[in-house]
Amino acid sequence: MTEPLLKIQGLCKRFGGVVATDDITLDIPEGELHAVIGPNGAGKTTLVSQLAGELTPDAGRILLGGTDVTSMPVWRRSLLGTARSFQITSLFPEFTARDNVALAAQAHAGHSFHFWKDARRETALRDTAHAALSRVGMGDRADVRVSRLSHGEHRQIEIAMALATRPRLLLLDEPMAGLGSSEAAGMLALLRALKRQYTIVLIEHDMEAVFALADRISVLVYGRVIATGAPEAIRANTQVREAYLGENSVAGAGDA
Amino acid sequence: MRFPFTARNLLIAAVIALLVLLPVYTALSGNAFFLTLFTRILILALAATSLNLIMGYGGMVSFGHAVYLGIGGYGIGILAFEGISSGFLQWPLAILVSALFALVIGALSLRTRGVYFIMITLALAQMVYYAGVSLSRYGADDGLTINRRSQFSGLIDLSNRTVFYYLCLALLLGTVYLVWRLINSRFGLVIRGAKSNERRMRSIGFPTYRYRLVCFVVAGAICGLAGALLANFTNFISPAMMHWTRSGDLIVMVVLGGMGSVFGPTVGAVALLVLEETLPFLIGKLGFPLFGESAARAAEYWQIVLGPMLLAIALFARGGIVGLLTRTGRD
Ligand SMILES: Nc1ncnc2c1ncn2[C@@H]1O[C@H](COP(=O)(O)OP(=O)(O)OP(=O)(O)O)[C@@H](O)[C@H]1O
Ligand SMILES: [Mg+2]
Repeated sequence: MTEPLLKIQGLCKRFGGVVATDDITLDIPEGELHAVIGPNGAGKTTLVSQLAGELTPDAGRILLGGTDVTSMPVWRRSLLGTARSFQITSLFPEFTARDNVALAAQAHAGHSFHFWKDARRETALRDTAHAALSRVGMGDRADVRVSRLSHGEHRQIEIAMALATRPRLLLLDEPMAGLGSSEAAGMLALLRALKRQYTIVLIEHDMEAVFALADRISVLVYGRVIATGAPEAIRANTQVREAYLGENSVAGAGDA
Repeated sequence: MRFPFTARNLLIAAVIALLVLLPVYTALSGNAFFLTLFTRILILALAATSLNLIMGYGGMVSFGHAVYLGIGGYGIGILAFEGISSGFLQWPLAILVSALFALVIGALSLRTRGVYFIMITLALAQMVYYAGVSLSRYGADDGLTINRRSQFSGLIDLSNRTVFYYLCLALLLGTVYLVWRLINSRFGLVIRGAKSNERRMRSIGFPTYRYRLVCFVVAGAICGLAGALLANFTNFISPAMMHWTRSGDLIVMVVLGGMGSVFGPTVGAVALLVLEETLPFLIGKLGFPLFGESAARAAEYWQIVLGPMLLAIALFARGGIVGLLTRTGRD
C-alpha cells in the first residue's frame, strides 16, 4: 500500500473546557474524497483549521506526503499543497473576482518582491485565475468586484481561489452552506468533477451530497471520530444513527 | 492609461497646475510668503504620501510616523554640525538611518494589530523623541541651527528658494508616481490584500509579515527624505519635528485628502495647511459684517472651526476630499 497523502495522528485541541478535537487519528490516501460530518459544534472547522495550519494542535501530528507539517505556519503549508475554503466566506471584497483568484496564483508563482511591474498585466497569473474561475463556472463574472457578487458566487470564488494555488489537498469547509437548490446542484456537480483530481476533505451538512460524493465518511461527535467507513457502512452504523444521523435523515439519504 | 475628465482628475490636475505655477506667481507679485508656505506644504505632503502607503494601502495606522521626519532631519543636522555638508553623503545617510529605525519599529509593532499597533508606534516614536531631547550635544530640546544647507557640488543650489521649491515638487511627484507603481505591483497587491483580509492572504500562501515590514521600511525611508528636506528648509532641527502631534497632523492630512488614493495626501496637505493659514483671516473678514468686533475675537479660535470640519470629513467622506469627488464619477 502506498503512503497516504494525509496522516493525522492523535490530534487533540481544547478551548478552555471544550474538547474540540479529541484524539483524532485518520489516514487519507491520495485521490480520496473524505467527508467529515457531525452536528454543529462537533469540531469540524477546528479540525480543518489545524490541518490548514491556522490552529496549532495541543497534541498529535499531521503529516502531508510524509512531511511533518504540525508546526508549520499556514502559508508554508499552502506552498506545500494544502488549500482551504472557508465556511464563512473570506475574500477580498474590494477587488474583482479575477484579482482575488490571481492573488492566490501569485502566492505560488515565486516571491512578490516586485515593486514596479503591473501585476495585473502578468498574463501567467491572469490566465491561471481565469482558468480557475471558468472551472467553477465564474468565467463571465471575473471582472466584477467581489462586494457586488452574490453569496452563491462567493462560494464559487472560494473554491476557485483554492484551485488557483494548485493544491494536492483540498480542505472544503461546507462549500454548500447557504446555497439555494439550483446553486447547490451546481456545486455538487463541481465537487464531483474535482473528485479524483484532488485529495479532498469535505465538510458538509447536506447529507444527500455527502453520501453521493464521499469515498469514505468520518463522523465527528464532541471532537471524537465515532466511526469511519464507506457510506453504506456509515448509514448502517447504529452508533452513528443514535448519536447523530437520526432515522429520518438516514432514510432521506438512502432515498437519494 | 485613460484620463477621463472626472471631478477627481480635474481637482488633481488643478492642484498640480497650482503647484507648478506657484513660483511664477510669487516671482511676479514679489510676495515670497506663498513660496515659503507651499515649500512646507510640499515637504509635509511627501511625508503624508509615505504615511498613506502604509496606512491607506496597508492598513497600518502608524501614530508615530513623524519620527522619521525627525530622524531624517537629525541626520542632516548632526552631519552638518560635525562639518560634513555634502548632500551626497548627508541625504543617503539620513534616508538609510530612517529606514533602519523603521525596520526596528516595524519589526516590533507589526506583531500587533489595531489599537495596539497604534499605541506601540506612538510609544516607540515618543521614545525616539525623548532620545532627541536628551541629545545635549545637538541642542537637546532647544534644537540645533544648521548653518549651511546640504551641498551638491554646485549641481543644485538649495539656498535658492525657487530651486529648492522645484526640488521638493519633483521629489513629491516622483514619489507619488513611485507609490502608484508600487500599489499596482505584485508587492502592492500583497500589501493591499493583507489590509483587506490578512487571514486569507496567509491561507493562500503569503508570509504577510515580511511584506508588511518591507512596506513599513519603504515608508520610513521616504519620510526620512522629507525630514532631510525639512531640515534644509528651516535650517533648524529640534525634537519637535517628531513630536506625536506632528504624527497626528500627518494622519489628518491623509484622512482629509483621501486614504488609499495616491494624490489624496497632497490634496490633504494643501487643504490643511492653507486652511490653517487662512481660517483666522477668513473668520475675521467674513464674520465682521455680521458680528462686528466679536468676529475678530472669534478669529483667534479658528481651531474651533477647523476641528468640526475635519470631523465632518472623517465621518461623512470616508475617502476624504478625493474620495468625495470620486464617488460622483463611479458606481
Ligand atoms: N477559537 C475558539 N475559542 C473557543 N472555543 C472555540 C473556538 N473555536 C471553536 N470553539 C468551540 O469548539 C467547538 C467546535 O467548534 P467548531 O467550529 O470546530 O465546530 P463545527 O463542527 O465546525 O460546527 P459547525 O457545524 O457549526 O460549523 C465548539 O464548541 C466551539 O464553540
Ligand atoms: Mg464549522
